[in-house]
Amino acid sequence: MSCAQTQILLHALLDGELDAGHARDVEGHLRDCARCAGEFRVHRSMQEAIASAGLRFYAPLSLRRRIEKALPAPPQRSANRRAVLKGFAMGTALSTAMAASVVVGVIRSDEQDRVLGDVVSAHVRSLQGEHLTDVETTDQHTVKPWFNGKLDLAPPVVDLTAQGFTLIGGRLDYLDGRAVASIVYRRRKHVINLFVAPAADSQGQRTKLVSSQGYNICRWSAHGLDYYAVSDINADELREFVEKFEQAAA
Amino acid sequence: MLARPQLASVTPPVDEKRESVSGNGGSDHQDTARRFRDAALPYLDDVYTLARYLLRNSADAEDAAQECYVRALRHFDSYHGPEMKPWLFAILRNVCRAEFARRSSAAVAAEEDAQADEETSPLWQEPPASPEAAMIRQWDAETIRRLVADLPITFREAIVLREVNELSYREIADTVGVPVGTVMSRLARARCMLRKAWIAEDGSRT
Repeated sequence: MSCAQTQILLHALLDGELDAGHARDVEGHLRDCARCAGEFRVHRSMQEAIASAGLRFYAPLSLRRRIEKALPAPPQRSANRRAVLKGFAMGTALSTAMAASVVVGVIRSDEQDRVLGDVVSAHVRSLQGEHLTDVETTDQHTVKPWFNGKLDLAPPVVDLTAQGFTLIGGRLDYLDGRAVASIVYRRRKHVINLFVAPAADSQGQRTKLVSSQGYNICRWSAHGLDYYAVSDINADELREFVEKFEQAAA
Repeated sequence: MLARPQLASVTPPVDEKRESVSGNGGSDHQDTARRFRDAALPYLDDVYTLARYLLRNSADAEDAAQECYVRALRHFDSYHGPEMKPWLFAILRNVCRAEFARRSSAAVAAEEDAQADEETSPLWQEPPASPEAAMIRQWDAETIRRLVADLPITFREAIVLREVNELSYREIADTVGVPVGTVMSRLARARCMLRKAWIAEDGSRT
């Protein structure tokens, strides 16, 4: 292999893009040619310097909000409810009371499925692209005031380090088209996102643990807020997290 | 030569060809929007990053990223691959091209001339690497961003897609619409240019 070829191919080697045969050829040349080997080292150290510097940009929250707004709105719950009720009104034998309870059941489970999908998406998004936290600190007294003025709710932020769940920060996120708080905890190497949203309705929801797309999600309501804890830790640990959080927040 | 077979390059969706997404209304429409949101929004930071490097201006980058998502949703029904990230990037490039046309100043033309020169000059002009040259100084992110931003756009784009957006050669080829071999030689050239600027930066500070 010539120097001229190597000058190009060493980049493919650097990027792990060569098949085994060509990689062997290039490496063979680099062993024999000090000049090409020097080139390779320079480019490798530059690549490492770039990787460790972190050159990504992060989309401002205002942009995320603008794009969310530009996408078609999620289904209107009031419209759905009316449409289904009209169906019942047109000559069914069911009593109104029964119809109402069925309808409420249908709509609630629909909405919750969608929100659970959103919860998982938001969790996955937070793990990609190193944008896990907007405010990074283990101090609960820093995280809580950080949310002030950014949201129309005051999420309880508690430190659970002593209970085995380390507080690592907070983040603004979106669920179901609304801005919500995410409080971020770590259990060993696993991240737990705890989303806090204004309660969808006054009844609140009972604590329920479900699993979706390989993640465990626990949702519950307290004091006019809906909570969603999501993580890849196992269901027992997530339940433990929720218990510890509830005890500490109470 | 390369590990992956070369496929036909992907044609990004043609702009402004409105499809009948709005026609069917109701739940189909909303379902599409939801699937789109789940599939495409996780890459917003990637799209925004590429827009920042291509346009070199944060306000323009925000507008371009938003326009990219609006167009992508419009064409989402007909999306059958490639991977989501290269697909979004291909759309973003179209948006940016329109922005360049709008700017279409002497500055852009001058940049393209410089680029043509770089494309034809041989790599062999590089001085032989000395042992000291192997010592690449670690600049801070802001400095490296500036060095990258100063590269001619074709080479800047190649570096950013590879080193920042972490695409494979195949994905870069799909995004840019050139053969994989061209991606490799552009990257080689881009890194030589960047190294020159990187080392010159050292001189300018001491």
